Amino acid sequence: MNRHLISAADLSKDDALLILDTAEELAAVSERSVKKLPTLRGRTVVNLFFEDSTRTRISFEAAAKRLSADVINFSAKGSSVSKGESLKDTALTLEAMGADAVVIRHRASGAPHRLAHWVHGSVLNAGDGTHEHPTQALLDAFTMRRRLGGIEGRRVTIVGDVLHSRVARSNVLLLNTLGAEVTLVAPPTLLPVSVHTWPCQVSYDLDAVLPKSDVVMMLRVQRERMNAAYFPSTREYSRRYGLDADRLARLPEDALVMHPGPMNRGVEIAAEVADSPRSTVVEQVTNGVTIRMAVLYLLLGGAV
Amino acid sequence: MAAAVSPAHDPAGDRGRSGSPDAAPKGRDRSHSSASHPASGPAAQPPRAVLEGPDINRALMRIAHEILERTKGAEDVVLLGIPTRGVPLAARLARYIEQFEGARVPHGSLDVTMYRDDLRLRPARALGATRLPSRGIDDRLVVLVDDVLFSGRTVRAALDALNDLGRPRAVQLAALVDRGHRELPIRADYVGKNLPTAKSETVKVYLEEVDGRDAVVLIKKERA
Repeated sequence: MNRHLISAADLSKDDALLILDTAEELAAVSERSVKKLPTLRGRTVVNLFFEDSTRTRISFEAAAKRLSADVINFSAKGSSVSKGESLKDTALTLEAMGADAVVIRHRASGAPHRLAHWVHGSVLNAGDGTHEHPTQALLDAFTMRRRLGGIEGRRVTIVGDVLHSRVARSNVLLLNTLGAEVTLVAPPTLLPVSVHTWPCQVSYDLDAVLPKSDVVMMLRVQRERMNAAYFPSTREYSRRYGLDADRLARLPEDALVMHPGPMNRGVEIAAEVADSPRSTVVEQVTNGVTIRMAVLYLLLGGAV
Repeated sequence: MAAAVSPAHDPAGDRGRSGSPDAAPKGRDRSHSSASHPASGPAAQPPRAVLEGPDINRALMRIAHEILERTKGAEDVVLLGIPTRGVPLAARLARYIEQFEGARVPHGSLDVTMYRDDLRLRPARALGATRLPSRGIDDRLVVLVDDVLFSGRTVRAALDALNDLGRPRAVQLAALVDRGHRELPIRADYVGKNLPTAKSETVKVYLEEVDGRDAVVLIKKERA
C-alpha cells in the first residue's frame, strides 16, 4: 500500500479489500467494553482542518484514540492561519512537532497532494475541495458490503450535486475498482465537464434508474460552493432529483439509501426517507470510525 | 558465505582430509576449504518431518486428557486458538474433550496482531479473526492454544489482548510444539512435543484444515 491516502485511485483492488477486511475485524472493538487497542502507542496524528467538519474530524479523532495514538487537533480558526500563515509553513511546524500522520481537510483541491511533498509522515486526505474524500468512499463501500454481502456486480446510483462532490468522485473510483456498476444521476449543470472520462454511466432521469439500483446514494446540494444558478429553484430540484417516499417505493425491496451527511432534509432527501430502516445514514457514521481505524493501522501500524 | 558454516560440520570436513598431514592447519582456513566442498553447509539438508499426521492427533488427545485431568472435567474451560493454526487446534481439542467425557467446551479464536511488540519491524499485516464464545471469558478458565511456542512473545501479546476482552478466572497455555528459546518468563501448561531446536532452524506446522495435511517439519535455515 501507498504511504499516503490521497485519492481512492491510489488503492488497488487488493489494497481496498485489505482495508475492508481489516475494518471487518476492527468493528468488534467498538462493541466491547474496552474500546482501545495499544497498536499506535507513541505515534502522533495531527488533524489539520481548514474547513468545517463534524463527522470526519470527530471520526478520525476517535479512530486514532482507539488505537492509542496521540491526537493533536488543529483548526484554521483561532490558529496562525488567520494571521496569514501559508500551508507550507503550517506543515513544517507540524513536521517539527513530530507528526507521524497528518489528516488534512482543505478547501483547495490538491492541498493534500502538495502537503505530501513537504512532510515525512503519512498524509490522509479528509476531503480536498471538490476533488476527493477517499475514507468516505471506503466507509460507504464497507457499509454496502456489510449490508449486501458484497460489492462486485452491484448497481450503485449516485444522485445529485456531482459537480461539487468529492464524495462522488472517490466513490466512483473506488466502487469501480471493487467491481460495482456506478450510475451518476444529476441535472446537466451539476455534472463536471469531464464526466465522460469517469468509469461510470450517466443519466438525467432518476425515475428510470431507480428500479435497477441496489444502492441509491444521495448527495448534498452544496450551496456554499455554488457561485451561479445551477437549477431554477430548490423546489424544482427536489421534485426531479430528490428522494421522497414515492421514489423509495420504486426501489427494489432490499435496496439501500445512503447519504454522506450532512443532509438537507426536504431538498435531496425527504425526512421520512432519511429516517426509514432502508437508510444507512447513522450506520455510515459508526462505520466511519472503524474504517479510519483500519486505514490508520495499515498506514502507521507497521514499519515506516 | 563459507565462513558462516556451523562448527558442527567442521570435524567431518577435517576427517575427510585426514590423510594429508597439512589438513589440520588448512582446516582453519575455512574460506578456502569448504567453498570447494559441495556437500558441506546446512542448506543441503532436506526438511525433516518431526511429527506425521497420526502423531499430531495422538499428542492432541493426550493434551485433551491432561486438560480434563488438570481442570477436573473441563467444566468452565474456554479454548482460544491463536490464528492461524491455533484455531483448528483448539477446535480439535474441544472435539476430543467432548469425545472423551461428553463435556461441551466452547472454543474460539484470539487474534493478537494489534498487541504484538514487533509490529514496527515489518509492514502492517492483515488481521486474523477474534471470535469469542457467546458466554464470553469472564470468570472462566481460558486455555490459549498455539501451534509453536518459541520466544513467548505471541503469548505475551495474547495475555494483553485477553486483558482487554474480559477477566478470566485463570489462563493456561497449550502448545503443539515447544521449541525452546524463550525470551520472556512464559511456559506452557500442556505440550504436545518438546522439540530441541537451533535458533536458526524453523519449525513449520501443517494442519489438514489449513494446509491439507498434518505434519510438523523442522527446516534448517538456508544461508545466503
